[in-house]
Formats: sequence, C-alpha cells, structure tokens
Amino acid sequence: MLTGLKTLVGKEIRLELKQKYVLNGILLYLVSTVYVTYLAFEETITPETWNSLFWIILLFVAVNGISKSFLQESPARHLYYYTLASPQAIILAKILYNLLLMAILSGLTFVTFLLLMGDRVSNLPLFILTLSLGSLGLSAVLTMVAAIASRAGNNFSLMAILSFPIVLPLLATLMKVSRQALTGTGTPGLAGFLVILATIITGVIALAYLLFPYLWKD
Amino acid sequence: MIQKDWWKYLSFLLLLYAVIGGFIVHVPDTMIRETMRNLFYHVGMWFGMFTMLITGFIYSLRYLKRFDEREDDRAVEAVNVGLMFGVLGIITGMTWANFTWGSPWVKDPKLNGAAVGIFIYLAYLILRGSIDDHHKRAKVGAVYNIFAFFLWIVFVLILPRLAGDSIHPGKDSPPVLPMHLDPSMRVVFYPAMLGWILLGFWIFSLRVRIRRIKMALENEHPT
Repeated sequence: MLTGLKTLVGKEIRLELKQKYVLNGILLYLVSTVYVTYLAFEETITPETWNSLFWIILLFVAVNGISKSFLQESPARHLYYYTLASPQAIILAKILYNLLLMAILSGLTFVTFLLLMGDRVSNLPLFILTLSLGSLGLSAVLTMVAAIASRAGNNFSLMAILSFPIVLPLLATLMKVSRQALTGTGTPGLAGFLVILATIITGVIALAYLLFPYLWKD
Repeated sequence: MIQKDWWKYLSFLLLLYAVIGGFIVHVPDTMIRETMRNLFYHVGMWFGMFTMLITGFIYSLRYLKRFDEREDDRAVEAVNVGLMFGVLGIITGMTWANFTWGSPWVKDPKLNGAAVGIFIYLAYLILRGSIDDHHKRAKVGAVYNIFAFFLWIVFVLILPRLAGDSIHPGKDSPPVLPMHLDPSMRVVFYPAMLGWILLGFWIFSLRVRIRRIKMALENEHPT
C-alpha cells in the first residue's frame, strides 16, 4: 500500500507539472485576489481584519485549487485506476497531494500578505502551526467534498455550494487560533482549540478512508 | 390501532399539556422574566432538530450497509423534518432575542451552530437534487450526510463550550439566567421535550409514507 501511495502521489505531481497552466492559473488567482484586497483597503488594517481576510482568501484559493482533483481525468481513466489501486490508496494519495498543493498555496498567500498587507503576526511559530494544520484540514475536507461533487454531474458550482457550509466548522476553529497568533493575547482555551483541530482532521481523514470506497465504485 | 399509535396520542397530550402548562406554571423572576416561557417551545425545536438529524445519520449508515432504498427515503425525510425544526427554532429564537437582546441576531456560538447546521443540510438537499440516478443519489447522499453530520456535531457540541463567550441562556452562561432549572418548570419542560420529539417522529413517518405513495404513483403513470 505504501509503495502504491508513493506511485499515486508521484502520478499526481507529474500530471500537475504536465499541465502547468492549471497551477499557474491558481497562483495568479491567488496573487491577484490579494492585490484586489490590498487596493480595496486605503489605510493599514488591524490584525483582526488581516486574519479574516487571510483565511477567506485562502478558503477561496483552496476551493479553486482542490476542486479539480477528480475532474482532471476522464471517467475511463478512473476505471483504469480502479483496476490497479485500492480506493483507500487513491483517496489518501489525493489528500497527500492536495496537502502538498495547499502547503505551497498557503505559504505563498502568507508571503504576499506580508508583502502587501504588512506583518501583523506577533506569534510566528503559532501562526505557522495554524497554517500547517489548516493546510492539512482544508486538504482533507475539500478533497472529500471534491470527490462527492464529482459524482454529481461534474460541475464547479456544486463544489463551492457544498464546501462552504461543510468547511465552516474547521475554518472557524482555524480563525480562532490564528487570531491569537496575530494579536498575541494568551487565552486559556488555546490548547482546547488545537485539540478540536486535531479531532476534526483525524475524523475527516478517517471518514474519507471509510466512505470513499462507496463513491469510487459505481 | 391504539396499541400501535399510542405514542402519537401521547405526543398530542404532552404538547397540549405543554401549551397550557407552559403559560400557567410559575417561572422564577430573573432578568428575562416571563419570556423564559419560550424555553418550553424554542428549546423543543432544538431537541426535535437534533433527534431528527441523528435519525437521518443512522438511516444513512444503514443505507450504506444494505443499499436498501427505503433506508434512503427515511434518511432524507428525517433531514427534512430536522430542517423544519431548525427553521422554527431560529424563528422562535429570533422573536425572543429581538425583545431580550434588542436584536434578532447576535454573534454567538449557539446561533452559529444552528445556522451552520441549516446551511449544511440545505446543501445536502441541493446535492441530492443535482443527481438524477436513484441509486447514485442515495449513495452519494448517504456519504455526504455521514460526513457532514460529523463536522456539524463537532461544531455544535464542542466549540460553544470552549469559546465560553456565549450570551445565550443554557448550562454554561450564568450571567443571563441560572439555568439550574426551577423545579416548577421541570414539570412542564421534560414532558414538553418528549412531546416535541414524538411529534417529530410522527411528521417523519407521515412524510415517508407520502414519499412512497408519490413514488408508487410515478412508477404506475410515468409522465
């Protein structure tokens, strides 16, 4: 299973590099969205606003980046993979690959934010931790939503409709932790929120592992 | 008939008792005064929503185990009734909040939990609507329902407790109201909650039957 996983993730990376315009499109989307926000705000913004804007933009970028997960390849190709790999390996490989993608996207969003919106982070290690957990969580939830949406007529709008409500519990928790990293005020509930994040992420990955086989076979 | 449907009569009697008793029972004199009586009705909507969504979750699990379409009918109707309770809960809550807090909607973990629940399950109905094939709709719907239920439960049960800044009355917010429920209110509260839950199952069973009749008619006279 482990070597299969490696091959599948490698396949995703090669596929992405073969169609570079998709990745470049998302990167351009990311930078221009941040730039639009930069132009929209005349004066310097508070850490709270910085935080809200950051996560909302990252959410849109993530939905755009991950929605193609199951749309890039034809159903016939999926049938071919079906004969080669177990559904569990497929979903884990997709989550892992999207984690890699999200790490790049969230890192780049952070850098452009630092550049354009100013440095508002007072607790950098905590913020990096939130960003890493956020990448993993968004990757897991949105990959699963992409799998569900792909079974329902392959349209992008459905992905956006389904993912926003379902990602809210994760996003709300992330924003809560990240607000503390920005304002630097120590709140006793921090450990609790990190536990919630870990619970959501492990739960979502476990559910994806268990439920994806039902989506995979027709 | 009485033997089989006793719980429907019980639901009717309990709710009749809750409607009458809810207005004559003594309530303690707190900051929110007589509006506390909303407890018997508004909280009942929440109990109903919660019970119906758990029911829908269980039927979705059962569908994935046996692929029996009747389980899927039950899952979707349970979600429908749950949504009805959710919307009614929000309406009764907003009416109350408008008088008590001076605004129909405030930023509060409990309100967010209810709103997110309604969004998630409306998305469930939209997802189902977008798939034409019966089996596929049932299967994808069941997967989404199980997945969504987990995320919503985490959001509703854990987050408000950790946030600790809720102004909504309830176990963990003493400033507004000491909800160590007054014994006189308990006499009405518990029967009322049971009544609302039973009413939920009653509507649920009717809706499942209507759904089956409609499907049978469609199969007989395809349009």
